[in-house]
Amino acid sequence: MASVTYDHVVKRYTADLTVVKDFNVEIKDKEFMVLVGPSGCGKSTALRMLAGLEAITEGQIRIGDRVVNNVAAKDRDIAMVFQSYALYPHMSVFDNMAFPLQMQHMKKDEIDKRVKNASRILGLDNFLKRKPRALSGGQRQRVALGRAIVRSPKVFLLDEPLSNLDAKLRGQTRIELQKLHRDLETTFIYVTHDQVEAMTMGDRIAIMNAGILQQVGTPGDIYDHPANLFVAGFIGSPTMNFVPATVDNGTAKASGLEVRLPKPVSAAKGTLGFRPEAVTDRVVEGGPTMKMKVDVVERLGSDQFLYGQVGSDQMTARVDPRMSVQPGDTVQLGLDTRGLHFFDAESEKALI
Amino acid sequence: MTVAVASPTSSTTARFSPRWLSDRLGGLVLHVAVIGLTVAWMVPTIGLLITSFRLPQDISNSGWWTALSPPFKFTLDNYSQMFAASNLGQSMFNSFMISIPATVIPVTLAAFAAYAFAWMKFPGRDWIFLALVGLLAVPLQLTFIPVTTELVRLGLTPDKLTAAGLPPFIPLWLAHAGYGLPFSIYLLSNFFRALPSDLFESAEIDGAGTLTVFFRIVLPLSVPAIASLVIFQFLWVWNDLLVALIYVGGVATVAPVTVTLVNLVGSYGQNYQLLTAAAFFSMIVPLVVFLSLQRYFVRGILAGSVKG
Repeated sequence: MASVTYDHVVKRYTADLTVVKDFNVEIKDKEFMVLVGPSGCGKSTALRMLAGLEAITEGQIRIGDRVVNNVAAKDRDIAMVFQSYALYPHMSVFDNMAFPLQMQHMKKDEIDKRVKNASRILGLDNFLKRKPRALSGGQRQRVALGRAIVRSPKVFLLDEPLSNLDAKLRGQTRIELQKLHRDLETTFIYVTHDQVEAMTMGDRIAIMNAGILQQVGTPGDIYDHPANLFVAGFIGSPTMNFVPATVDNGTAKASGLEVRLPKPVSAAKGTLGFRPEAVTDRVVEGGPTMKMKVDVVERLGSDQFLYGQVGSDQMTARVDPRMSVQPGDTVQLGLDTRGLHFFDAESEKALI
Repeated sequence: MTVAVASPTSSTTARFSPRWLSDRLGGLVLHVAVIGLTVAWMVPTIGLLITSFRLPQDISNSGWWTALSPPFKFTLDNYSQMFAASNLGQSMFNSFMISIPATVIPVTLAAFAAYAFAWMKFPGRDWIFLALVGLLAVPLQLTFIPVTTELVRLGLTPDKLTAAGLPPFIPLWLAHAGYGLPFSIYLLSNFFRALPSDLFESAEIDGAGTLTVFFRIVLPLSVPAIASLVIFQFLWVWNDLLVALIYVGGVATVAPVTVTLVNLVGSYGQNYQLLTAAAFFSMIVPLVVFLSLQRYFVRGILAGSVKG
């Protein structure tokens, strides 16, 4: 059990290939931290530097108070679950889980006890003699987790552990992982490209793009107050509506929409952002209205999403599922300005 | 224009010709080709087998196929004469004494070297590997004179080694190991490289050192590749005549089966019938080795070249 600190960490492969730039995060003890971002954003590299699989070019990584830059992977007291599970194919489930303990020259009965314990937690009791190839994807995934658990490490590292599972199993495993985190009371660092996993599992989320840390915060915080255009667009599904707008005297003007900004902004040009659920079929008091020419209607039962044109801008609206709309219709929609964001045209930072 | 017209026509004809007919036809051609090739390969061998059971005067007077029609005049004389004429027992023993170490030594060395080439970082790795692959192209015959000179200079000749109380097979072990290593390293490092890197990283985090990874993970996973390599190397050493003849000469106490068999035939080709019997006798061992390891053979070769 320990905190993890990234202190001005840089990973550079060649002079002009820097994959992680000045990365600063402090992960608290027992926290479930999710590193999320599109593929190639440096999140896996950041994790691998902590695991000791990649050298750190600049900066420091600390586990607890110990600087681990020059500590070998096996001495960092961490365990890692790989996307491919990386099970040893020629060893039984028991041997797979026992392997890290054997490497520590632990006594046989202690190994036995720990493996039995882990397999009970993960429901693998009946599979201990099997080889990995005789297991389903979900079971393999649990063996990989088991191999990490038996070591009782200070920090768990998980590198996209759910991406090889089918959708239904992924949902279940997500919940199991959260339970596991609660039971083990250990720091978890979880890398994923899936914003749904990030939102549902993380105590806090760190969003990366192009090697740069964009924002760190709780899921709610990041959803409601994205720091910039990238974070706003990455988190949330369907994505946030972005409308280019000019500001004149506290009022933002877009092609089919005029809205009074809740706060004065210094910029004259920028992007208005609001989530689909802020656009409704009701007229919100004090909020503007707009006319949407509907292109596509998506009915999900609990929700109904309308995709269409407002002026010359693409927009998504979440409306009452009982509302009857056909593609080609023009509907009157209201905008709830409480969820309004405004991003600077130059820096793309959130001004509201 | 013609292209635009031609393409719809061809697609219509394809639609009208029943698909199973082309499938059948393709299968038939394939079978004929395979059977034809097999027969072409088998005929000389069968001829040799039949010849080995014929009388010497028949062999020199008529073709082997005439023996297939009555009157049948088969005999086991060739086999009994062969066993009587040569010290085959001794040369069988020699062949094993040569082949087993000359297989174990290069395969073991190659496994270590291939692991280093595949998964360890050291300066000049790629260049050394390239040089090694280049060695595959060096003709064997080119090495005879310099290597023999060097062996004699170092005193590695059968009589001197026997006098010193060492096994007289050492020059052959060294020679075969040397000739086998480039290919062995090349094959095995290709196989090792195809193992997923996650396994190595996982083992590293688990606390396994280089040797532990090699013995507990790489070797067990490479059984197919190693088995196929063992077959290759064993068969090559067992069937070798040239290297043995050059480096240990005709010394009877060292000569393997191949050398002894060649000596059965007189300088003018007399006693040819003994050679046919001896050839079949010497085939037994490679056949046993191949049949017992062949299920690894196919899998190993595929696994090494295509994917892990």
